[in-house]
Amino acid sequence: MTTLEETLREALTRKKILLMTHLVLGYPSFEVNREVIRQMVKNGVDMIEMQIPFSEPVADGPMILKANQESISRGVKLEQCLEFAAEITAEFHIPFIFMTYYNILYKYGIEAFIDRAYDINIQGFIIPDLPPEEGKEYVELAKSRNMAPIQIFAPTSTKERMQLLAQNGAGFIYCVARRGVTGKKTDFDQDFNEYIARCRSATNLPLAVGFGIRSKKDVDFLSGRADIAVIGTETIRLVDEKGAEAVGPFIASLR
Amino acid sequence: MIKKGYYGHWGGAFIPEILFETFKELNVYFEEAKNDPSFWEEYLQLMSSYSCRPTPLTYAGNVSKHFGGAHIYIKREDLNHTGAHKANNVMGQGLLVKRMGKKRVIAETGAGQHGVATATMAAKFGFDCTIYMGEEDVQRQRPNVFWMEKMGATVVPVTDGSKTLKDAINEAFRDWVTNMDSTHYVLGTVCGPHPFPEMVAWFQSIIGIEAREQILKAFTKLPTRVYACVGGGSNAMGIFQGFLQDEQVGLVGVEAGGKGLSSGEHASRLAGSDASPGVAQGYKTMFLQDSDGQMLDTHSVAAGLDYIGVSPILSDLWEKGRVRFTAATDIEVMEALDLTMKKEGIIPALESAHGFVQAFKEAPDLGTEEAIVINMSGRGDKDIFTIANAYGDPSWKKFIIERAEQYKNDKE
Repeated sequence: MTTLEETLREALTRKKILLMTHLVLGYPSFEVNREVIRQMVKNGVDMIEMQIPFSEPVADGPMILKANQESISRGVKLEQCLEFAAEITAEFHIPFIFMTYYNILYKYGIEAFIDRAYDINIQGFIIPDLPPEEGKEYVELAKSRNMAPIQIFAPTSTKERMQLLAQNGAGFIYCVARRGVTGKKTDFDQDFNEYIARCRSATNLPLAVGFGIRSKKDVDFLSGRADIAVIGTETIRLVDEKGAEAVGPFIASLR
Repeated sequence: MIKKGYYGHWGGAFIPEILFETFKELNVYFEEAKNDPSFWEEYLQLMSSYSCRPTPLTYAGNVSKHFGGAHIYIKREDLNHTGAHKANNVMGQGLLVKRMGKKRVIAETGAGQHGVATATMAAKFGFDCTIYMGEEDVQRQRPNVFWMEKMGATVVPVTDGSKTLKDAINEAFRDWVTNMDSTHYVLGTVCGPHPFPEMVAWFQSIIGIEAREQILKAFTKLPTRVYACVGGGSNAMGIFQGFLQDEQVGLVGVEAGGKGLSSGEHASRLAGSDASPGVAQGYKTMFLQDSDGQMLDTHSVAAGLDYIGVSPILSDLWEKGRVRFTAATDIEVMEALDLTMKKEGIIPALESAHGFVQAFKEAPDLGTEEAIVINMSGRGDKDIFTIANAYGDPSWKKFIIERAEQYKNDKE
């Protein structure tokens, strides 16, 4: 069992549902990132997904796309993201994972990137454009360091496909709640219940549900169904509109 | 063992999980079509009745004489319906969409030719159609936007990133991950995740099959070299496939040299030294990217060549030394275009004119007993605004100003 899964399972003995939040590194600035993380941790977030910006974020909707592009156009470099992540993991003691696109790892060198992430105490990775068929080396390297190559389930995934994904995954499974890109509202309905049941039947790993989670009502709905609720676009929107200090009260209101 | 969808170590299918089943289905339908001779027959029938296949091979006698070397032949893909080789791929995918039973198509477009071809196909087959086009390209290729809309397509200007072809592709993918049940993404070039490179190359192979027969008939022997412009690489792959097995035939891909290979403002992946291996937009190839792996802005006078990546099949042929790559600058392109219009009465698209540049450079060094073939991927009259602007044509400017005044007055 990876360190990440152990930590999550331990937290689940105390809480009904965990919260994972997300931010784009360097957007709107590392200073704001730091304050946002502080607010998130203080208000009980269990895990944070730090997205390393990429110029072609195909799985992301307009909000996160814009954050990626602005971060890059303001001159944010990968090295700065890695150094910032090292500072953060030293200061805050919850699991941190990297979310990015495959080219960032590929260009850096897959093994070098994983080793670097290991050194700075990153617990896992979400790489939405790297299916297991293409990511054999990545999966093996991450697992050999006891880090989690987190796999993604989609509503279109069959049970057989989910089983194959789960074999390649570790830490937890990121269940995409619906079709489309990040940042649009999700209707949680009967189809969703069937989907989550399919996810459960395919793996014993904890299930995180993301895409369109915005409110306490959404989190309450997921409670008992999933293990982790993922808040992505909503906090970016909040920081854009009301500043970093609005994040704490928002997180506190979710549970 | 070589994995399916790989050409050497290029290609692959780096797709988000949400599209896994969609690609599985697409692969099944594509394999079925490929193995069904009646599908290709239906395709040929459609292309000979709705488009103008076989397109002619024109002997360019005047430019041949002008350069005094090899005989220059031009494969006339401009004479396809909608004015470019793009129709070959689009109509083929249209037949596939019919088989799949989908009712909506989406596409990216750079120069607008692929968008126009897709809008045409959608109109003919009764599909809903949405075209994603970078905002900068919408400006550059306004007439094509007009025709797409007239044929019933919705044109969505993409304002993200560099506002060109790569951003239009990203946006089309974002649409697809939302609407994959009803929608097929008609990718316009031999790039993207498997099976697209193979599928588009298959439909475009019709160019090379015809060209080989035609040059043998017209010149009684194979050409010394074949030239084609390379953006994503679909017209080049189309004609090259006809001659790949003929080792004595040199294959030359011409990329967008923009303002020069050392200017940083170009779109040369294989001819220059600015590109490096990467994975983006679903496939592995040589990309113009920085040391972090962020894609760079590209530049070309030709919107259709203004792209960060290149076909994985061409990266493989480049690595194996089977295809040689060169670049033509914006200025050279205008000169070649000018000469071709004046000497032959033929107007190549700005994209196609890149191939002409290199052919014209090399023709004088070849013997008069030799022939070369240039793939003219499309016609240039679509570029009238860009070309007139590049020439600084005074009478055209006057016309535009007068017409604008007239519109202004109409409004009031």
